[in-house]
Amino acid sequence: MKTKSYSTKCPVQQVTIWNGKKPSLLHLDMELTERCNNNCVHCYINLPAADLDARRNELSIFEIKKILHEASSLGCLDVCFTGGEPLLRDDFEEIYFFARRIGLRVMIVTNSTLITPSLTRLFNRIPPLRKIEVSVYGMDRESYESVSRVSGSFDAFQAGINLLLEHHVPFVARAALFPIGKEKLREFEAWASRIPWMDTPYAPITSPYLRCRGEQDARNADIKKMRLPPQQLLAVESRRTAEYIRGLRLFCANFCRIPGSMLFNCGAGMGKGNVDAYGNLQLCLILRHPDTVYSLKDGTIADALVNFFPRIRELQASDPLYLERCAQCFLRSLCEQCPAVSWLETRKIDGWLEYFCEFTHAQARFIGLLNEGELSWQVIDWKERVKNLLPVLSDENGRMLEVGGK
Amino acid sequence: MIKKVNLDLVYIPSQDVVAREIEGVVIIVPIVSGIADIEDELFTLNETGKAIWQQLDGKKKLGEIIKSMAKKFSATPGEIREDVLGLTSELLRRRIIVKTPGGQD
Repeated sequence: MKTKSYSTKCPVQQVTIWNGKKPSLLHLDMELTERCNNNCVHCYINLPAADLDARRNELSIFEIKKILHEASSLGCLDVCFTGGEPLLRDDFEEIYFFARRIGLRVMIVTNSTLITPSLTRLFNRIPPLRKIEVSVYGMDRESYESVSRVSGSFDAFQAGINLLLEHHVPFVARAALFPIGKEKLREFEAWASRIPWMDTPYAPITSPYLRCRGEQDARNADIKKMRLPPQQLLAVESRRTAEYIRGLRLFCANFCRIPGSMLFNCGAGMGKGNVDAYGNLQLCLILRHPDTVYSLKDGTIADALVNFFPRIRELQASDPLYLERCAQCFLRSLCEQCPAVSWLETRKIDGWLEYFCEFTHAQARFIGLLNEGELSWQVIDWKERVKNLLPVLSDENGRMLEVGGK
Repeated sequence: MIKKVNLDLVYIPSQDVVAREIEGVVIIVPIVSGIADIEDELFTLNETGKAIWQQLDGKKKLGEIIKSMAKKFSATPGEIREDVLGLTSELLRRRIIVKTPGGQD
């Protein structure tokens, strides 16, 4: 025992504090309710706040505590309470206090309209240890309430934000401004830059998801209307052009590859999951195909992580169009196409998604990976193109170095 | 500021923290504000820190902990004393450990 340093403080994202084996569960999302006091036009999940059936079927406080307890026993450090609007639950403070009491750090995703002085006092006394994420639907009453569709919600949102600021409760803001536009985003970014805890900008929501349970076709039609045509969306997303190009090139340099018929190319279900409001554990926040969710009322998180999720992750595509296109596409990692989004759009988990495919092609042309008219799944020399994305430098000895990474 | 620990006192983890052992790593998670200066960071104990932490059970005086660790580990009594005092002072300063009720300096 010769060392004089007994402790370490390390950044929260640094998972290498576990030298070697990581805990089986690193992070858990929990939708405390699908109900919301707003009625946002773009939202994929919201049910009315007064929906009694939904409320009746939600997990009880006992069931939530049991899940949180198991998550903690599996090594989970972080839980994110989301929804719907999680603060709608009458027992939110009890849930929050329990999570913190068993050593979890808590993130809350909220519209801030239900932030009260009592809650801010609680957050001061027992800090969440993760920044609260506030969704912002507009910078003035008219634009905010054209999205939220609840009169008075803008004032309530502002009151909540002011309480967080006055009581120094750390939060960040995420824009969900519809219809999307550069001017609106600039206005939001100017406002958000004054939030003391916004050290990095949060990507705005620009391509809203369709309804998560496949219901309400009329609402899906409204959501699709809010999606900008791919070229217009690209113009918005690339508003900080140099930074955008660099980010895309770095991403492609690191992640472009031909995926083949394997459906899951992301980290869904690996050390993390989402519990919906009724006790079903999902590989991610979005994927709710009935064959891919696991009921925690009948089983455990551990069983889901060890046995159920790995089986789902082994699934392969069978749709001919997917096999012809997505399975051969070196831009697959850049594309929003995934089993979850595919299910929302097509009710299959291996659907080819025209809108997202067009947008990905637009992005690839923008950074010089594709020529006009080319289809990504037909490109033979993709490896060479990806390699040429980044500048090559030489060191003082004339050795060629590739500039890549972060 | 170094807070002085007393060898004749018994110390125990504060009720305002939760010590979680995850895959062999002890992570101190504060519950209330003002503990351990932690905001967006995790406070972890290394192997030495963990061995000492596990002795702070609220039953043994600090002096007794030093003696029992000297028997168990191969370091010199002086090194063990330095390590125990060093860590407990730091933990006390950060309010991660407290004296047991009734303990007086």
